[in-house]
Parts: sequence; structure tokens; C-alpha cells
Amino acid sequence: MSTQEVAQALQPIEAADPFQLAGQTFTSRLLLGTGGAPSLEVLERAIVASGTQLVTVALRRVETSTSGGLLEVLDRCGVRLLPNTAGCMTAREAVLTARLAREAFDTAWVKLEVIGDEDTLLPDPLELLDAAEQLVADGFTVLPYTSDDPILARRLADVGCAAVMPLGSPIGSGLGIRNPHNIALMRDLVSVPMVLDAGIGTASDAAMAMELGCDAVLLASAVTRARDAEQMALAMRHGVDAGRLAAQAGRIPRRWHAKASTPLQGRPDL
Amino acid sequence: MRITINGVATDVEDETTVADLVSGRAEDRSRVAVAVNAEVVPRSQWEATSLGPEDSIELLAATAGG
Repeated sequence: MSTQEVAQALQPIEAADPFQLAGQTFTSRLLLGTGGAPSLEVLERAIVASGTQLVTVALRRVETSTSGGLLEVLDRCGVRLLPNTAGCMTAREAVLTARLAREAFDTAWVKLEVIGDEDTLLPDPLELLDAAEQLVADGFTVLPYTSDDPILARRLADVGCAAVMPLGSPIGSGLGIRNPHNIALMRDLVSVPMVLDAGIGTASDAAMAMELGCDAVLLASAVTRARDAEQMALAMRHGVDAGRLAAQAGRIPRRWHAKASTPLQGRPDL
Repeated sequence: MRITINGVATDVEDETTVADLVSGRAEDRSRVAVAVNAEVVPRSQWEATSLGPEDSIELLAATAGG
């Protein structure tokens, strides 16, 4: 089967288990960032293979933007746009950027990023919460990129964020989910959708996010910077789907010692 | 008069509006955003918003990211 045929075959399976985010229904639980691809052709093939219905875009000065071609590709793919506030380091900057994105893309949805440091790109929790509160009050659907702190996630949900999007590890690091226990605790503490955002390196990381109770996964570099982006997009899609199925199937408890699957009763005396 | 557009000092005609700037600089007018002195100028106000000396304008469009 070709990549396209496999991707098409997954659609009915995904459609049977849709995902609600801020009142919108998505059948794909994989959100894709558009950054990092070597070309728009590679990006387009990755988007199609991933089956994503929601992709992030950024706002930059017109001289440096890739606007025309990028938006044509995204329109052709029929995906919804989720503007981000990447690069903002204060609540003031992030709120202004979100308002500009609302003008540019005619959407009140925003992936809210307020980073505290350019080396780690880790979120600044205080500025993030402040920005989230202001944007919710201004009518935005706020999807905050946050650290893996369950209490902060609860605070973000309490101020009205439509979802929380915890990192697994730093953006673009590919280090996977460094604190799975925190992600599982967060699942217990917040009832809004949870989207694992950042740090995914390979398909097993995406599966783990879903097994830990996330509703969806957002990733970019792991696909766009892979040697074969299209194939990795398909792998991520399988990972997300597999993790979701496993989470719903109910895994066996972990045990210290072995438990035989073959009955001892009736064993011959040899 | 002299204004700053995306960080570059630029001379423009007096009475230049935001709409004039956008027309000259953005290929797809429908999906850009403009801030003047760190305030959003809604699309509906572009024609009516004249720029003044020393104004700082940010003219933004989509780029791949995040």
C-alpha cells in the first residue's frame, strides 16, 4: 500500500472516535505545526499523510513571511488555521500578537505561547496565566502551551482556557515525555481537553501521550525535520491512533512478579 | 514625513493611510495584520487611519511555525 492508501484507510477508524475542541469536532487527534519543513511540497505531503485538520501558523513581518505559498497549501489541504504567539516573552506582547492574528486570519483561536527563555523556550508561567486571562476576557479561544505542571494547567483551565497543552520536553528537542507522571496527574486535575505539545521525537512518544490520557498531540519538528517527513507523519498518525486505542482498551496493571498466562492446572508429571 | 515600517525608517507622503501602506507592501491584502504604535488597526479602519510623523508600523503576515 502506498502512504496515501494507508492514510485513507485510517480515516474511517479515526472518524469513529471524534475529538471535541472548543465546540468543534475533529476526527484527527494529530495537530501539526508548519515550522521546519525544507519546502512547501514536503510540508503538503506531510499534512496529507498526517490526516491533520488543525495546523499552526505564525505571524511575522511581511518581508520575511512565506505567506502566499504557505496559505495556498493550507487552503488546498482544507485544514483549519491555529495562529500562535511564538517568540513572545511577555503577556503584553502575546495579547497584542493574538489580536493581530485574529485580524489576519479571521479566527479567535490562538495557541498561546509566552516563553521565559530563548535557550530552553520553556513557558513563563506567570506571564502565560496573565495573557490567558486577558485573552479569554477578550473572547478568544485560548489553547495555552504550558509546562508539565498539573497545578498551572488547572489554573489555566480555571481562567477559561479551552484546552491545556503541556510540553513533553523542550520545543524541538525530540526528548519525548520526560515526566509521564505529571502528564497523568494533569489528566486527573483538568477536565478540558489536553494536547501534548512539544518534545515529541518519534511515534512511540505520540502513543505514550495518548496512553497517558491526552486527547490529542501537537508536533512539528519531529515530522518536518525527519529524513522522510511524509513517512514520519504517517508514523505519528499510527502512534496517536494506537495510543488512543490502548488508552481506551484499559491496560493491564503493572506487577512486580510474573503472572503465567498458561494455566498450571493439568500440567503433566514428566 | 518619516515613519518606521517593520523596523526601517521610511519617508512617505503626508496623509498616507494604513490602506495605502498595505496595498504597496503585501501581496495578499486579505490575510495581513497591522499595528500602529503597538495598537491593532482593524481592517475596517485601514482607509480611515492616517499615519503621523514618527509612527511605528508593524505589517505582518503568515509564516510557517509552531
